[in-house]
Amino acid sequence: MEAFADFWATYSTLIFTVGIHALLALSLWLTLSCGLLSLANAAFMGIGAYTAALLTLHLHWPFPMVLVAGALAPAAVALVIGAPTLRLSGVYLAMATLAFGEVTRILVLNLEITGGPEGLNGIPLLTTWWHILLILAAAGFALARLRRSRMGRAFEAIREDEVAARMMGIDVEGHKLAAFTLGAILAGLAGALNAHSTFFISPREYGFENAVDILTMTILGGISSLIGPVLGATILTLLPELLRFLHAYRLAVNGLILIGVVLFLPTGLWDSRRLRQLVGAWRTRREGKP
Amino acid sequence: MLEQQLVNALTLGSVYALFSLGFTLVFGVLEVINLSHGAMFMAGSFAALTVVTRLKAPLAVGILAAMLVSGLLGLAIDALILKRLRARHAPHLIPMIATIGATTVLTSAAQGLFGVEVQRFPDELLPTREFIFGSVHVRALELAIVGIAFLLMTTLFLVLRHTRQGRALRAIAESPKAAALLGINVEGLFLATSFTAAALGGVAGLLIGLNFNSVTPLMGQPILHKGIAVVILGGMGDIRGALFGGLFLGFAEVLSKAYLSSQMGDAVAFGLLFLILLVRPAGLFGRVLERKA
Repeated sequence: MEAFADFWATYSTLIFTVGIHALLALSLWLTLSCGLLSLANAAFMGIGAYTAALLTLHLHWPFPMVLVAGALAPAAVALVIGAPTLRLSGVYLAMATLAFGEVTRILVLNLEITGGPEGLNGIPLLTTWWHILLILAAAGFALARLRRSRMGRAFEAIREDEVAARMMGIDVEGHKLAAFTLGAILAGLAGALNAHSTFFISPREYGFENAVDILTMTILGGISSLIGPVLGATILTLLPELLRFLHAYRLAVNGLILIGVVLFLPTGLWDSRRLRQLVGAWRTRREGKP
Repeated sequence: MLEQQLVNALTLGSVYALFSLGFTLVFGVLEVINLSHGAMFMAGSFAALTVVTRLKAPLAVGILAAMLVSGLLGLAIDALILKRLRARHAPHLIPMIATIGATTVLTSAAQGLFGVEVQRFPDELLPTREFIFGSVHVRALELAIVGIAFLLMTTLFLVLRHTRQGRALRAIAESPKAAALLGINVEGLFLATSFTAAALGGVAGLLIGLNFNSVTPLMGQPILHKGIAVVILGGMGDIRGALFGGLFLGFAEVLSKAYLSSQMGDAVAFGLLFLILLVRPAGLFGRVLERKA
């Protein structure tokens, strides 16, 4: 038991981070599942984190309410900016969401209430491991249900071919907005949990680099199933810890992984179809059939 | 005072234009949002700094080093990564994500090689003369920056307009397939474009490094965002648009910093960018292109 306590004292922060990153990767998975490449999810996380932290610090709301508010605030923002932004497609959408992220970061950096560049300090540590686990499990369950629902299939149809989806009578704009907003809710939740597990937040944690990190995790894991993003988040969070001996060069490994995946594993690490084929091939060989 | 701010704005704007020119060139020809362009900018600055401080070479050699090192890096990224993705006909976002990876690698390498602290050019190397026009002080350095930026941009315009290669390049920008059918060496020109664009980015990096006398591994990130703003302002792939967009952003930024709020200057640029994307996705000056991607 003591060994476990030691382990927990050393690694709890890391484990928290894995969970929060997994939640973020799932939030991007949701937007990507509708074919939208959004670089706004880091900003949504930031909005959630700041909303939650301010409510706790100034109004002393109970934690569950804080979490709900942290999820809803970015969702409201996503609804407002989504309607005009989501008319853009492909790279234009990526650029617009990038610009939105930058505006958000600079605003947070300069506003009085957000504490400027120093950020917010002394946020009580209310997040526990089971909060993260529960929310992650609930999100995973909800997304798994969503995939098989009418809405999930509509997302997939839009991703594959927008014109064809429209011809089938799918409300393309409405579904895109839904995917974008639901993604913002998950990102906001991750932000609220993060703010209450790190004691301190600053604008630096929600910039372009973080948007890229979330993207890398999701792409690395692969978007063909829900396991992919979680796997990607876990690997990319733990890897820098394992690579400490590389010092300044350790981020280069992340970059190389991203390039390698794009070049050699376009569907990501966890591709359910490829896995099924592998398992199938292995079984056939073992049973000695042709 | 206004005149002095205008000089600053012109200096900054011409470097933004130079940087964005390479960025937009790659988009126009290769149809890739090359997010490693900021890393080229950083690499050029470090290449020149190394040549100037370690080898005691004159600044002119530093400029050549910046062009060469950044150009070769751009070439390498194209040959090793983008070329394979082209062969596979990967959708537009895939090469963009790959260039993010390349940026991470290069930035991290620079942090490992040069450390994270701000590095400076030795003072004795920088031109110190100042010209005084009425109440305006213009540093010789600023004149040189504007001069070099415009010299390179004019050269690029002339090459694109009047040479065989330039015409071939414009043909590729219209349609790579048709260009290939006409016997144009499309792959070769793709590589040449990547080299040229990265070389321009490298010089822009050196010029900004000199202007503020500060070189850091992370200097590529903010300029990349501004380059994106400029290119969207001017229309993606539009060469003239990049020139005007760059100058416009330089003026908008310097003036809003001087007269509105010193910190909000950057927000103005991105707020503008965001609005323009919503109203005119093809850019302020751009023709209304069919939306690709």
